[in-house]
Amino acid sequence: MSTVSTARTIVRMPATAKRGEVIEIRTLVGHVMETGFRRAAAGGLVPRDIVRNFVCSYNGAEVFRAELHPAIAANPLVSFTVVAAESGSLEFRWSGDNGFAASASASLVVT
Amino acid sequence: MKRLLAVLLVLIAPVQADDRRSGYSFMTPETRAMQDDDSSNPASLWVLDGEALWKSEGCASCHKGMAGVAARYPQVDAKQGLVNLEQRINTCRVEKQKAAPFAYESRELLALTAFIGRQSRGQPIDIKADAKTKPFLEAGRAAFFRRQGQLNLACTQCHDQQWGKSLVGNPIPQAHPTGYPIYRLEWQGMGSLQRRLRNCYVGVRAEPHAYGAKEYVELELYLMWRANGMKLEAPAVRP
Amino acid sequence: MTTRRQFLVAAAGIGLASGARATPESMREAMRQVTGGAPVRQGRVKLDLPVLIDNGNAVALGVTVESPMTPADHVKAIHVFNERNPLPGVISVFLGPRAGRAQLHTRVRLADSQTVTAIAQLSDGSFWSDSVQVTVTLAACAEES
Repeated sequence: MSTVSTARTIVRMPATAKRGEVIEIRTLVGHVMETGFRRAAAGGLVPRDIVRNFVCSYNGAEVFRAELHPAIAANPLVSFTVVAAESGSLEFRWSGDNGFAASASASLVVT
Repeated sequence: MKRLLAVLLVLIAPVQADDRRSGYSFMTPETRAMQDDDSSNPASLWVLDGEALWKSEGCASCHKGMAGVAARYPQVDAKQGLVNLEQRINTCRVEKQKAAPFAYESRELLALTAFIGRQSRGQPIDIKADAKTKPFLEAGRAAFFRRQGQLNLACTQCHDQQWGKSLVGNPIPQAHPTGYPIYRLEWQGMGSLQRRLRNCYVGVRAEPHAYGAKEYVELELYLMWRANGMKLEAPAVRP
Repeated sequence: MTTRRQFLVAAAGIGLASGARATPESMREAMRQVTGGAPVRQGRVKLDLPVLIDNGNAVALGVTVESPMTPADHVKAIHVFNERNPLPGVISVFLGPRAGRAQLHTRVRLADSQTVTAIAQLSDGSFWSDSVQVTVTLAACAEES
């Protein structure tokens, strides 16, 4: 039986923009965001397991970073803006507990 | 008089076509916005997984597309009797692909039903009431009207007679399965109609049936028939 | 009819099983860690939370801060706090002129009716804030936990 093991990500942003335009970027990552405060059926607490960091880099330079706490809802949505400065690549990286890592990238053509 | 009217309405037909509202309409604007945009709807993550499984599990080698399929389940299968979409997928896996079935509420089965459901989004629910489905529809309808549990409530009492009223701060919807599988905020994850039905059973303090129980599939059939013509929203977001 | 306490136990997500809970004091302390005790002024920050909340497990939250977002004058960070979840921190974001706008949208968990506060840290070292009180009820017809 095959299993789905990599965390799914979704990034929504325009493919093209005018120079200087402020674009909106919406990101979603599949993650249960276990708070560490839920009681396990067998007793005790289900240990915390969350996405802790999210970084957006634009042609290698960090333009937005987020530190997430257990209060962020499951399957975290993080939406922010970026100035379309030059054509290139935006990289998105998520990292968290238990070595969690996910990434995505998107191209932006700036005219 | 009101009670007599209620009884009469219930015998004639479910909520009349113009009175019928999807659970979507009972949600807050923010929750609706979550569903409205695929990039905002967490269920999209499962749709993407389903698309990947569709290819990796070989479904694509036989099936060209699933448009309209989810709107027509549960269906009567010649060999198996009444089956819902989950059971139909597993029948395919076991008989045609010689593969192990996916467990109810497994990530794989939810991903596939989300992917298949997505391809019927916007299509009207279409369940036939004919000689084949009649006995199952009647069993499902009987279940909908049967009082059960420690609270001794029947589905109809809340969902035909008290919809729109507040229960623990949330409005009672009409119980039309327009969005399954759903991303339920309460679960913080995806689930099938049967998972939701089990929550209802727990809600009235009745013992839930096992997943895949014929009682649930009959009830699914009745609920879908009762929602005939309503547009599918799968995979939807619900509180 | 099942009691409110039974629904409390059945609520998923923010189990209060451990007994730990933030308080207005622990929220203030968490805010002090960020501001270093500097004064925090009300204004420039707009924290958006819904008036009606379907389920405390996923609440839409938006923060916008008035700022030209130039190298000389921009928002460096936005921190969101709460007072009744088990922990006071919700999210911290770090940005700069390249963000274009000081704006954040996300979805948060709110364990109870409470006050949520957003603090913006500006490039000139000043701190500004906005707070919103939200009402959260619990879902009916949940699963047994």
